[in-house]
Amino acid sequence: MAVYLFYFLIFPGLLFMAVAGALLSWYDRKITARVQFRKGPPLLQPFYDFFKLLLVKETILPKHGSRSVFLIAPLLGVFGAAMAGLFILLPLFDIETGFRGDIIVIFYLLTLPSFSYIIGSLASGNPLAAVGASREMKLIISYELTFLLVVAAVIMKSGQQFDMNSIIETQQTGRPFIGSISGVLLFVAGVFCIQAKLALVPFDMSEAETELASGIYIEYSGPPYAMIKLAKYIMFFILPAFLVAILMNGMNPGVNIIWFILKILGVVLLLTLIRNTNPRLKIKQASGFFLIWMNLLVVVAIVLIAFGL
Amino acid sequence: MGFKDYCFRKSLWVFHFGGASCNNCDIEILDCLTPRHDLERFGILLVGSIRHADVLLVNGSINRRDRDRLLELYRQAPKPILVVAIGACGCTGGIFAEGNTFAGPVDKIIPVDAYIPGCPPKPEAIISGIVKLAGKK
Repeated sequence: MAVYLFYFLIFPGLLFMAVAGALLSWYDRKITARVQFRKGPPLLQPFYDFFKLLLVKETILPKHGSRSVFLIAPLLGVFGAAMAGLFILLPLFDIETGFRGDIIVIFYLLTLPSFSYIIGSLASGNPLAAVGASREMKLIISYELTFLLVVAAVIMKSGQQFDMNSIIETQQTGRPFIGSISGVLLFVAGVFCIQAKLALVPFDMSEAETELASGIYIEYSGPPYAMIKLAKYIMFFILPAFLVAILMNGMNPGVNIIWFILKILGVVLLLTLIRNTNPRLKIKQASGFFLIWMNLLVVVAIVLIAFGL
Repeated sequence: MGFKDYCFRKSLWVFHFGGASCNNCDIEILDCLTPRHDLERFGILLVGSIRHADVLLVNGSINRRDRDRLLELYRQAPKPILVVAIGACGCTGGIFAEGNTFAGPVDKIIPVDAYIPGCPPKPEAIISGIVKLAGKK
């Protein structure tokens, strides 16, 4: 029992994922700054932001709306992100093997942070938050099908294996899935799904800094906002890790850990460059992009898998 | 300086309130966020919601209509919040000080932590003011 608590809270759970995600979020901001020829924030900036929100700032509760739901929602988000991260990282780091079907559980848990933001923002009773929440819902409906198809294609490619451990082992004994045409197509679709899940710029219409004034988070201040930041940091680490695990060979022990870190940094670099070179889409364009083009891409990939390519 | 205070000073998020401004100060404030001056290297971000703000940046002369909005914003901001008055109008009222609709410089309405005078202040002056504010106490 104690060892599971250690897994959940410290390594590879909450603490480790939060630190890794915060460093990745600094990396993202630094790359953004370098792209715009700026100097960028110092290394510990995400930690300053988090501790400032957690320890210094006051919490303001909305006058209209449900206060308890408003306060519980960010905790639900952190829980969902940490739990999904645990199921991803335990097989990835070769600590525990997981169970049959855990990739489906991961798929559901990864949706929990987005749902909790929707619940929390609707509980705040702010009209801009409601607009943001409705956009987030439409975005979830758009990208979830594509993400599910990506996961299904990976399961099909690994020979009907439903657990992370076997999928990673299949790639390590054979070759990584990304080394084939269908794998590249799945990687493209997966990167765009992650972009939408993290609400990075082409798909950030739910926060929309300039038009909705950070939309779904508009009413959050102080410690609840720190919890949202924490969930975002964790998601920023585990989603690229998930992609690396299901398509890019996972992690081999020993010196290959550096190779694993480079793969994660490469995926995050790709996400950051996409976010810096694209304008925000309208929700209709984003839905069309996922429901038509990305689904088509994954279906083509599935057909190619059926032919063994 | 304790740990909490240190984190606060290293991560100031700015909310910008423009009163009845002639827009020169607004432009100079936006200049601070451009690649040449880059306030993000001090951890300063421009945020869209007063709930996330640590610094309330006020510029322009505050007339009678602005006063209620400014007070409302100050009440809704999560404490502790620092208030910075920018430009001659924000600090003293400037050429509008004796106007009919003028409702007083910012420090008559809400407590002000830093004044950055100038018409408009240069971005260097604003950065100097912000750095002094971050090193205060």
